[in-house]
Amino acid sequence: MTTEYMNEEHATAETGDDVVLEVSDLSVTFPSDDGPLPAVREVSYVLRRGEALGIVGESGSGKSVTSMAIMGLLPRNARVEGSARVLGQEVIGLDDKAISQVRGKKIAMIFQDPLTSLNPVYTIGYQIAEAVLAHRKVSKQDAMKRALELLEIVGIPSPEQRLRQYPHELSGGMRQRVVIAIAMANEPDVIIADEPTTALDVTVQAQVLDALQRARRETGAALVLITHDLGVVAGQVDRVGVMYAGRIVEMGPVEEVFYRPRMPYALGLLGSLPRLDGDRSDRLTPILGSPPSLRDLPPGCGFAPRCPMARERCHQEEPRLLLTNGDTGREPSEAGAPTVHTAACHFSDELVGVGAADLFRPGEERPETTEGEPEPKNPVEPDVLLSATDLVKHFPIRSKGILRRKVGEVQAVSGISLDLREKETLALVGESGCGKSTTARLLLNLIRLTSGEVTYMGRPLQGLSDRRMRPLRKDLQLVFQDPFASLDPRMTVSDIIAEPMRIHGDGHRDARRRVKELLELVGLDPEHGSRYPHEFSGGQRQRIGVARALSLNPRVLVLDEPVSALDVSIQAGVINLLEDLQDELGLSYLFVSHDLSVVKHIADRVAVMYLGKMVETATTEQLFSAPAHPYTQALISAIPLPDPIKERTRERIMVTGDIPSPANPPSGCRFRTRCPKFANELSDVERTKCVEEPPELLDRGAGHRDACHYSEVVELI
Amino acid sequence: MSENGMIGKARRGTAKKRDSADRTQLQTILIRFTRHRPAMVSLVLLGLIVLFAFVGPFFWVWDHTVYKEIPSNLPPGGDHPLGSSAAGNDVLAQLMRGAQQTLKVAFTVSLVSTVVGSLWGATAGYYGGRVDALMMRVVDIFLIVPLLVAAAAIAGSAGAGASWSAIALIIAIFSWATIARVVRGVVLSLREQEFVEAARASGASAPWIIVRHLLPNAAGPIIVAATLLVAVAILAEAGMSFLGLGIQLPDISLGQMIGSARTAVTTRPWLFYPPGVLLVLICLTINFIGDGLRDALDPRQTRVRR
Amino acid sequence: MLVYTMRRVLGAIPVLVLASILTFVMIDVSGDPLADIRMQQPPPTEEVIQQAEARLYLDRSMPERYWLWMTGIGGNGDIGLLQGEFGPSTQGPQYEIGPAIAERLWTTLRLVGAAMVFALGLAIITGVISALRQYSKLDYTLTFVGFLALAMPTFWLAGIMQAAGVKFNQLVGEQVFATIGDGRFRAQGEPLGDQLVNAFAHMALPTLVLMLISFASWSRYQRTSMLEVMNSDYVRLARAKGLRNHVVIRRHALRTALIPLTTVVAISVAGVIDGAILTETVFQWRGLGDFFITAVDNNDSYALMGWLLLSGIIVIVANLVADLLYAVLDPRIRYE
Repeated sequence: MTTEYMNEEHATAETGDDVVLEVSDLSVTFPSDDGPLPAVREVSYVLRRGEALGIVGESGSGKSVTSMAIMGLLPRNARVEGSARVLGQEVIGLDDKAISQVRGKKIAMIFQDPLTSLNPVYTIGYQIAEAVLAHRKVSKQDAMKRALELLEIVGIPSPEQRLRQYPHELSGGMRQRVVIAIAMANEPDVIIADEPTTALDVTVQAQVLDALQRARRETGAALVLITHDLGVVAGQVDRVGVMYAGRIVEMGPVEEVFYRPRMPYALGLLGSLPRLDGDRSDRLTPILGSPPSLRDLPPGCGFAPRCPMARERCHQEEPRLLLTNGDTGREPSEAGAPTVHTAACHFSDELVGVGAADLFRPGEERPETTEGEPEPKNPVEPDVLLSATDLVKHFPIRSKGILRRKVGEVQAVSGISLDLREKETLALVGESGCGKSTTARLLLNLIRLTSGEVTYMGRPLQGLSDRRMRPLRKDLQLVFQDPFASLDPRMTVSDIIAEPMRIHGDGHRDARRRVKELLELVGLDPEHGSRYPHEFSGGQRQRIGVARALSLNPRVLVLDEPVSALDVSIQAGVINLLEDLQDELGLSYLFVSHDLSVVKHIADRVAVMYLGKMVETATTEQLFSAPAHPYTQALISAIPLPDPIKERTRERIMVTGDIPSPANPPSGCRFRTRCPKFANELSDVERTKCVEEPPELLDRGAGHRDACHYSEVVELI
Repeated sequence: MSENGMIGKARRGTAKKRDSADRTQLQTILIRFTRHRPAMVSLVLLGLIVLFAFVGPFFWVWDHTVYKEIPSNLPPGGDHPLGSSAAGNDVLAQLMRGAQQTLKVAFTVSLVSTVVGSLWGATAGYYGGRVDALMMRVVDIFLIVPLLVAAAAIAGSAGAGASWSAIALIIAIFSWATIARVVRGVVLSLREQEFVEAARASGASAPWIIVRHLLPNAAGPIIVAATLLVAVAILAEAGMSFLGLGIQLPDISLGQMIGSARTAVTTRPWLFYPPGVLLVLICLTINFIGDGLRDALDPRQTRVRR
Repeated sequence: MLVYTMRRVLGAIPVLVLASILTFVMIDVSGDPLADIRMQQPPPTEEVIQQAEARLYLDRSMPERYWLWMTGIGGNGDIGLLQGEFGPSTQGPQYEIGPAIAERLWTTLRLVGAAMVFALGLAIITGVISALRQYSKLDYTLTFVGFLALAMPTFWLAGIMQAAGVKFNQLVGEQVFATIGDGRFRAQGEPLGDQLVNAFAHMALPTLVLMLISFASWSRYQRTSMLEVMNSDYVRLARAKGLRNHVVIRRHALRTALIPLTTVVAISVAGVIDGAILTETVFQWRGLGDFFITAVDNNDSYALMGWLLLSGIIVIVANLVADLLYAVLDPRIRYE
C-alpha cells in the first residue's frame, strides 16, 4: 500500500469540521493470473455530518470494493492507493491497532447477506455486547443492557429473549436488524450499508430500511448506502453517486441525478428500469452490450462502447468528473458542496432535456412493436391452454435417521387454481416461500401433486408417466432464474440449445441449422454456438436459456424469475426480447416473479400468492390501480419507486413481522398475523372471522377476485 | 470426428474457431495444472519411476530372484549399484520389481474402487431419500473398519498373499467406500442444479441425465479422489507386505523389502533405505499431482496466486 | 441435548450390527481355522479333526454360527459376545480371547490416545499458521512437510526413528529412549518418578511416529477450514466492529473453524489404529498389533472377528463422541 503520511492535526485543520468522511482519489487494484484488475479508480467524495449518500452501480462497478477499502477490510493482496479520511484522520494504511479504534467507533458497516454476517456459534446478545465492549470500558452486564436497548431501537420484538438466541433462530430480516444494532452500538459518525436489503423480501426490506433510518436518527450518523436498486436510493438518500467500471461517473443531489441526469449511463439506467409508476405500453430502453471487463478497459470513457452518443474523443480521452451547470462552463468539481451536480461525460451539456428513449432507442427500431396494445379486447376470450384446479403440494419433513419417518409437512401450495390462456402473460407473484415456483413446477408435472388437477388443452397431466409426458414437454418449456446454474458448464452452447431436440430424437443436421436460427432469434451471434457458457455474460446466458426453451417450438413458456438475477441495464433487454418473442411466436407465458415492477410491465393478468394460497387475481390494470387485498396493497407500497419526490410523498401500507413458516401456517386467513387491517382497523368480532374462517377467493366484479373477508380497494400509485 | 472431408473443408473457418473454443476449457485446466509447479515436477518424476519399474527390468542384467552368483550382503557399488541381500538378490533388480508390483496393485485398486465407488455413490446420490440413507450406511460400515488391518486379516486368512491381483482386490473391497462418499456428495449437489432440471423439463430420462450431465460434471472430483486413492493403496499394500500378509516371496514388493530389512537398518542400510525412499517418492508425487489436479479441475478452489 | 444423544447412540446400533455381520462373513469365508491341524505330520485322524471342528463350532452352518457368536445361546459357555465371551481359539483351549484382548487394549489405546492428542495440537497449530500466512514460505514449507508425512509409510518412519533412537542413546551414552517393548513389565512396583521416566522412554518414539503420520491430513483440513472462515462475512463483521486482529482470529475464526475438524478426526481414527498396529510391530510392543498378527498366523477366526469388531466399536464410539462434541460446539445442530 502506498500512502502519504498525514499529520493528524494538519488534516483536521484542513477540512471543515462538518465533514465526516472524505475520500480522495481512492484506487484499488487486485492482482490476478491475467494481470492487475483495477476494481476502483480515483474515486473521490465527501460526506457531511448526518448526510445520506447513495452509491449506485451494477455488479462489478466497484461500489462495494470502495467501502471495503475505506474500512480496511480488503484481502491483503489488494493494492489501495489514495486517501480516505474519517473525521480528518487518514485511515488507509493504518495498522491493525489504529484501524480497530476507527472501525465500529467512528465508522461502522452493514453487509449484504444477513444470513452469513453473524457468527453462528455465539448468541445475539454476545455479538452485540462484543461490539460495545470493543470500544467502551464497561462491564459485561452494562454491555448486555446496551444490547437490549439497541435491539429495541431497531424494532425487534421481545428483545430480552432474542439476546439469548443464536442467529439461526432468527429470520433474515431480524438478523439484518441485529447487524444494524451492532453498527450503531458505539454511535459511529458514519455507517456504510452495503446492499443491506438486497437479500430480503420487499415487505421485509421496508422494515429494515425503517430500522436503518431509526438508527441514523438515534446516532446522527451519516450514511453511505450502496445499492443497485434505484428505488431504494430515491427514497433514502440526499445525494447520489453513480459508479461504472470502477469510477464515479455522475454525482449530485438525488433529484438532480434522477430528473436531470447528465451522463448517458445514468440516463440509460433510469430508462431501462421497469417502473411501477410507468405505463405498460412504454417499451423499456435497454443499454446495449455489457459492462467492460476490468482487465482490458477501453482507453477512453468506460461507457463509450455502449454509448449511443459516443464520438472519437470518447474513445480516446477519459472524461473527468466536472460540474454540469451548463451556463458557467465546465469546471473541475469542488469536492463536496452539497448542491453540486457533477458528471463524467465530454458531452453532458447535450443531454439537457433528452430522455432515455430519445438517446437509446435507435430509429431503426422495428415498427410493429410500437403499435401499442397488440390486439384490442376481444369479446371472445382466447382458449385456455393450461389449467390448474385446487393444486396442493405438501413436502414431507423427514427425520434424519435411517427410517426417515415423516415428522411434519411443509404446505408449499395449498389449493391454487389458475388458467393460462393462449398468447397471454399470466404473472404469479409473491415473496419467498409463497409457493410460486412450486406451483410452476406442478404445472409442468416436474414434481408430483399431492392433490388437484392440471390439464393442458383439456388433457390431464397428473399421473402421466415420464414416457407419456415426454411428447407434451415439447409444448411446455421452462426458463430458469439463475443464468449461471441453468446451463451445463461442460457443454457448448450449441449442444445446450440442441439438447431438447436430441432428447426428442430430431435429426442432427436439422438441429445445427435450427440452433443458428435460435441464436439469431434471441439476439446472439449465430457463430458463437461452439463456445461454452462461461464465455458469456449473465444476460447473454439468459438468452441462451430462452433459446433452449424455444428449440422445440413450445406453446407455453414458464418463466421462473427470468430476470431477477440480472443487472438492470441487462434486464431490460431480456424483457424486451421476451415481449418480442411472444408477439412473433404467439407464446403464452406463465411469469413467476417477486418483482412487481417487472410484472406490471410484462403481464396481462396477475395472481398474487401468499403462503401457498392465492390472495388476489385480476388484470394487471385492475390490480395495480385498485388493489383490494391488504397483502397486495402492502406489497405494492413496499416497492420503492425510482422517483425521489413520488417515493418520499406516497402513502404507505406497512406490514410488520416476518412470513410465517409454511410448515405451520396460521389458522383462518394466513395473512392475518401480519395484516395491517387486522391489526389496526378491525373490531374483535370481525377479527374472529379472520382467525377462524379461511377466506375464499371471490369475484368482486370484472374478474377481479380476492381472498379477504374485508377487502377494500385502495389507490396507491 | 463425424464430419466428412467435404464439409470439413468447407467449414474449416468455423472448425478453427470451434477448436479455439474447445480448447478454452481443456486449456484452462491444462494451464492451471502446468502452473502448479510441484505437480508438474511430480508428474515428470512419477513418469521416470514408472519407466524405471516397467522398462528398467528389460535393461538390467539381474532380475529380482535369488542368484547363486551374487554374494550375499554386498554393499552398494560395482556390479550391484545398490548392493545385494543376504539371500543373494540384486537390490536394484528387486527395487524395480518391487516398484512394479506396488504400482500395479495401487493402480488396480484405484481403478476398481473408482468404478464401483462412482456407481454406488452416483446411484445413492441420484435417488436420494431412503435408498441413499441405506446405501450410505453400507458405506459407513466399510469406513469404520481399519483398512489395512481388515485387508491384512482377509489376505492372511485366505492365504491369498501370493498374487498381486488378489491383494489389489482385497484392498479395493475396503477402499471403494471413500470414493462412493465423494461421488455421492457431488451428485447430490449437482442433482439440484437448474441445468439438470432443465434437462428433465425437456423430457430427458434418468440415464440421459446421469450420462450427459451428472458424470461429466462429477469427473473432476472423481479424478482427484482416484488419484489420491493410489497413494492410499500403495501405503496399504506396503503395510500388508510389511506384516508379511501381502505379496509373498519369491515375488516382492517395496513394503516387503522394507519388512525383511527391518533388522538391518544400521548394519545394512542399503537394504532398508532405497525401497523406503522410492515408496515415499511415489506417494509424494501422486499426492502433489492430486493436489494440482484439484486446483485445475475444481473451480471452487480457484484462487489468486501471488 | 439428551434426546439428541440418545438418538445418536441408538443410530449407532444398526451400523454396529451390520459391521459385525460384515466382519464375521468376511473372516469366516476367507479363512480355514483348521488349516494348521490339517497340515500336521503325520496327518491327524478324522476324529481329531471332528473334535476340533466341534470345539470351534465349525460343524454348524454360517448363520447359526453368527447367531451363536453374538448370543452364545446353545454354545458351551465359551462363546457369545453378549455374554462377554469371544469364542474358542485355535491357539488351544486354555487361550482365552477376551482377556488376551483386554490385556493389550490398554497398551494400544495409550499409544493411540497420546498420539492423537499431540497430532491434533500440532495439526491445529500448523493449520492455523499455514492459513494465516497463506502462500508464504512458511506455508509452503508446512505444506511440503505435511505431504511428506502423508507419503511416509508408517513402519519405515518407525524403523528410521528406532535407528535414530539407538544412535542417540549411543551418543549420549545413556538409555534415553527404549526402542524395544512397551515397558509394561519393568515398570511395575517401581517409584512413580521412575515409572514416568520409563513410560516416557518407551512411549516417546512410537508416539512421535504415530503423531507425524496422523497430523498431516488434519493440518491440511484445518488450513482449508480456517481459510474459509477467514473469508466469511461474520469474520469481516467482527473486524468491522473494531475488534483487534488476534481477537478476531481466536474468538471468531478459530472457534468456528475447529468445529468441522471433530468429524474429520473421528473418521480417521480407523487410520490411526492401522498406524498403531504397524508402529507397535516395529517397536515390538505387546499390544493389539501383536495380538492381531498372532491371530492371523494361527488362523484364529474368532480372535480376528473379536479384534475387528473391537476396532469397529472404537471407531464408532469416536464418531459418537465427535457427533456430540459437534453439537456442543455448534448451536445449529444442538437444537435440531
